[in-house]
Amino acid sequence: MIPELGHFSVILALVVAIVQGTFPLVGTSRRVPSWTAVAQPAALAQAALLAFSFACLTYVYVTSDFSVLNVWQNSHTEKPLLYKISGVWGNHEGSLLLWVLILALFGAAVAGFGRNIPPVLRARVIAVQGLVAVGFLGLLVFMSNPFERVVPAPLEGNGLNPLLQDPGLAFHPPFLYLGYVGFSIAFSFAIAALIDGRVDAAWARWVRPWTLAAWTFLTIGIALGSWWAYYELGWGGWWFWDPVENASFMPWLAGTALLHSAIVVERRDTLKAWTVLLAILTFSLSLLGTFIVRSGVLNSVHAFATDPSRGVFILAFLVIAIGGALTLYASRAAKLAPGGLFAPISREGTLVLNNLLLMAATGTVLLGTMYPLFLDAVTGEKVTVGPPFFNSTFAPLMAPLVILMTIGPMLPWKRGDLSGALARLKFAALLAAITAALTLYVTAGIPPLAVGGIALGTWVVGGALADVAERWGVGRVQWRDVVARAVNTPRAALGAAIAHAGVGVLILGITGSLAWETERLEAMKPGQSVEFAGYTAVFDGARPARGPNYDAIRGTFRIYQDNALIAVMEPETRRFANPPMATTEAAIRPRFGGDIYIAMGESTGDGGFAARLYRKPMIHWIWSGALIMVLGGLLSLSDRRHRVGAPARRAAAAALAPAE
Amino acid sequence: MKPKRRRLLFVVTGMAMLAIAVGLVLAAFEDNLVFFNSPTDVVEKKVAPNVRIRLGGLVEQDSVLKMGTTTTFRVTDTRHSVAVRYTGLLPDLFREGQGVVTEGRLGEDGVFLASTVLAKHDENYMPPEVADALKKSGHWMGEAAK
Repeated sequence: MIPELGHFSVILALVVAIVQGTFPLVGTSRRVPSWTAVAQPAALAQAALLAFSFACLTYVYVTSDFSVLNVWQNSHTEKPLLYKISGVWGNHEGSLLLWVLILALFGAAVAGFGRNIPPVLRARVIAVQGLVAVGFLGLLVFMSNPFERVVPAPLEGNGLNPLLQDPGLAFHPPFLYLGYVGFSIAFSFAIAALIDGRVDAAWARWVRPWTLAAWTFLTIGIALGSWWAYYELGWGGWWFWDPVENASFMPWLAGTALLHSAIVVERRDTLKAWTVLLAILTFSLSLLGTFIVRSGVLNSVHAFATDPSRGVFILAFLVIAIGGALTLYASRAAKLAPGGLFAPISREGTLVLNNLLLMAATGTVLLGTMYPLFLDAVTGEKVTVGPPFFNSTFAPLMAPLVILMTIGPMLPWKRGDLSGALARLKFAALLAAITAALTLYVTAGIPPLAVGGIALGTWVVGGALADVAERWGVGRVQWRDVVARAVNTPRAALGAAIAHAGVGVLILGITGSLAWETERLEAMKPGQSVEFAGYTAVFDGARPARGPNYDAIRGTFRIYQDNALIAVMEPETRRFANPPMATTEAAIRPRFGGDIYIAMGESTGDGGFAARLYRKPMIHWIWSGALIMVLGGLLSLSDRRHRVGAPARRAAAAALAPAE
Repeated sequence: MKPKRRRLLFVVTGMAMLAIAVGLVLAAFEDNLVFFNSPTDVVEKKVAPNVRIRLGGLVEQDSVLKMGTTTTFRVTDTRHSVAVRYTGLLPDLFREGQGVVTEGRLGEDGVFLASTVLAKHDENYMPPEVADALKKSGHWMGEAAK
C-alpha cells in the first residue's frame, strides 16, 4: 500500500509540474493574473508530493519490504539502519527521486521565501523550475519507477555495494545534489531574465545567495567524496581525475565563476550577458554530470544505470534543456542593455580575468573527460585520459588565478592602482618568500614546483589576512577603532576572505602531502619489521575476523617511534557476501607529523602479506581547506545583504517600474 | 583608453587565454592519451615498447607467480597472451580467470611492466574493454560469462 501511495504521488507531482511549467509562463506573457498565480501553490504542492513520496520510499527501505524491486536489489536485512536509509539514494531510481525532491524544494523555497522578488519574475523562475522537473519526473515515472513490485516477494535482499556502506558516503550524494540542483535556481533566474529581457543589479542580488548556497553545498559534497576515496578505497589518494569526479568538479568551477561575475553585475551593472550565460552553463554542466554518471557510459561505483534507453532519454533531455536555453540566449542576449566598460586594472577587471581562467580550466577538464567517450563513439578506439593530462593543463591555468585572487580584493572598483594594491600585499609576499625559503632549507632537493605551491598557498592565506587587516584598519587606526571596525565588517566580506584563505590552505595541503609523502611497499612475514619515515612498523601477523555483514582478514602492525610504542594499527581486507565483493580497509592514524596509513594486500602465499605503508604529512589540510571554504560561504550567506528579503525597498521600486 | 579599445583588450585577453588553454591541452594530449590494447593487438599490431598503454583481458590460469611484492602473470584474450610484471598491492579481486586491466609500458624483452592493475570490486564485473576484446577474439560467452 505504502509503495503505491508513493508511486501515485510521484505521478501527481509530474502532473503538477506540467501545470507549474506552463500556466505561469503563458499567464505572465499574456497578462492573465489568475494563471500567473498558479506558480506558487503549484511549486509548494509539487514539493509536498515529492517529500511524501520520498518518505514512502524511505519507509519501505527501513522496513526492508522486499516486495519492492528497488529495495530487494539494493538492501538487506542485516544492513545497519544508517545504510538502510542511505540505500534509498544508493541506487539509480532512489537517487533520481532525491534529485527531483531537492529540485522541487528549491522551487518551493523561491515560492515561499522570495516575497521581494517582483511577482512576474518570480512566477517565471518557478515555471522554469517546473519545466526542469517535468524532464526528470518523466524519466522517473516512465523509466525508473522506484516503487516497482516483485511477485512473489523475495525473503532476502541483495544488499548494498559495501564500498557505499560508509558514513562519509552516506551523506555525500545529498550534499552533491543540493549543489548540483541548487544551480538550477540560477538557471531559472537566467531564463526568466532572458524572457523578461532585463538584467539589473537587483537581479544579481537575488541570484547570488542561491548560487552561494549551491556552491557551499557542492563544496561539502565534493570534499566528502574525496575524503571517502582517501580512507575507503585504500589507494592512499584523494583525487583521481575520474570522470565521475570531474562531473561534479566542472559545475563547481563554473559556479565559482558565476559567484564572482554576479558580484560585478550587482556592483557595477555590467557583464550581464556573460553572467546569464554562466548561469546557463553552470546548470548545463550539472545536467551533463548527471548524464555522465547515469547513462552507463562509464563504469564506476556511481554508474547505477546500464539501461541504454535511460541514457538516450537523459541525452535527449540534455539537448532540449541546454539547446533551448542557449537558443533563447542567442536570440535575447543582445537585448540585455550592455553596462559601462571598465578599466582593466580594477576589481571588476580582475574578476573578468578570474572568469576567463576558471572557464578555460573548466574547458580543459570537459575536454579530457569527454574525449574518450567521443573517440569511442567515432572510431571505436578505447582510450584513457589520465591524471597527468589534467595536472599539466589544470595547474598552469590555476597558478595565475591564485596569484590574482589575492590582488583582486585589494583593488577598488572602477579604477585601481596596482602598485598601491601590491604595497598592501607586502606582508603576504614576504610571508610567501620566507615560507618558500624555509621549505628549501628544511627539505633539500624538493622539486621547484612544490616550493612554488607552498609559496602560492602562503600568498593566498597571507593575502586573505591582509585583506581583513586592511578592512579593520590594523596599524592605521587606534585599537578601539579596530575593534569597532571589526564588529561592523560586513559578514559577506569576511566570508569571502575566509573562503579565499581556505583555498590557500587547500593548496598547501595538496603541495605538502605530495612533496613530503613517504611510501614503502613491503612483503611482510609475521615478526618482520620495516622502517619508514622515522617510524618502525612491526607486523604481528594476520588473523580472520568477523564484522556485522562481512568476513575479514585483519593484520596487526605495531608502530614504534624512538623505541616507544605509539600505535597499534589493524588494516583489513573484507569480504562481503551480499553482494559478493571484497574491499580493502586501510588503517589510518592521524599524527602531528601527518597520517600514518597502512593498507594490507593479500597473502603472498608463504605466510607473508604485501603491505603499503605511508606517512602523509599535511593531508588533512586538504579537507580543512575545503571546510574553511564552506565556513566562509556560510558566513557570507548569513550576511543581511544576502538574505532574500533584504533588497526589499529596491525590489518594490523595481516592481513599480513598467515591465518592458 | 576609448571604450572600443578597451573592449578589444578584453576580447584579445579572452582569445589569448583560449589559445593558452588549447596549447596546454594539445601538449598534454600528445603524452597522456593512453590507448587500450588486447593481447592480440599487442602481438599483431606490434605495439612499440616504452609507450604508455592499457592492456586488458583475462588473467591466464596457472600463470600467477608471486615473489614478495612483485607478481608476474599472463593476460590473455584466449588467442594470444602477454606476460605482465607488477610490483605493488594487487586489487582485492585479482584472480586467475578474472578480467583485468593493467596500465604500463611494454619492455624491450616483451614483458609488460604494469604500474597499475585494475580489477573491479564486483565479482561479476567484466571491464567493458575486456568484454569487447573477448568478443573480437570470438571467445565471449555472452551473458553467461558475466
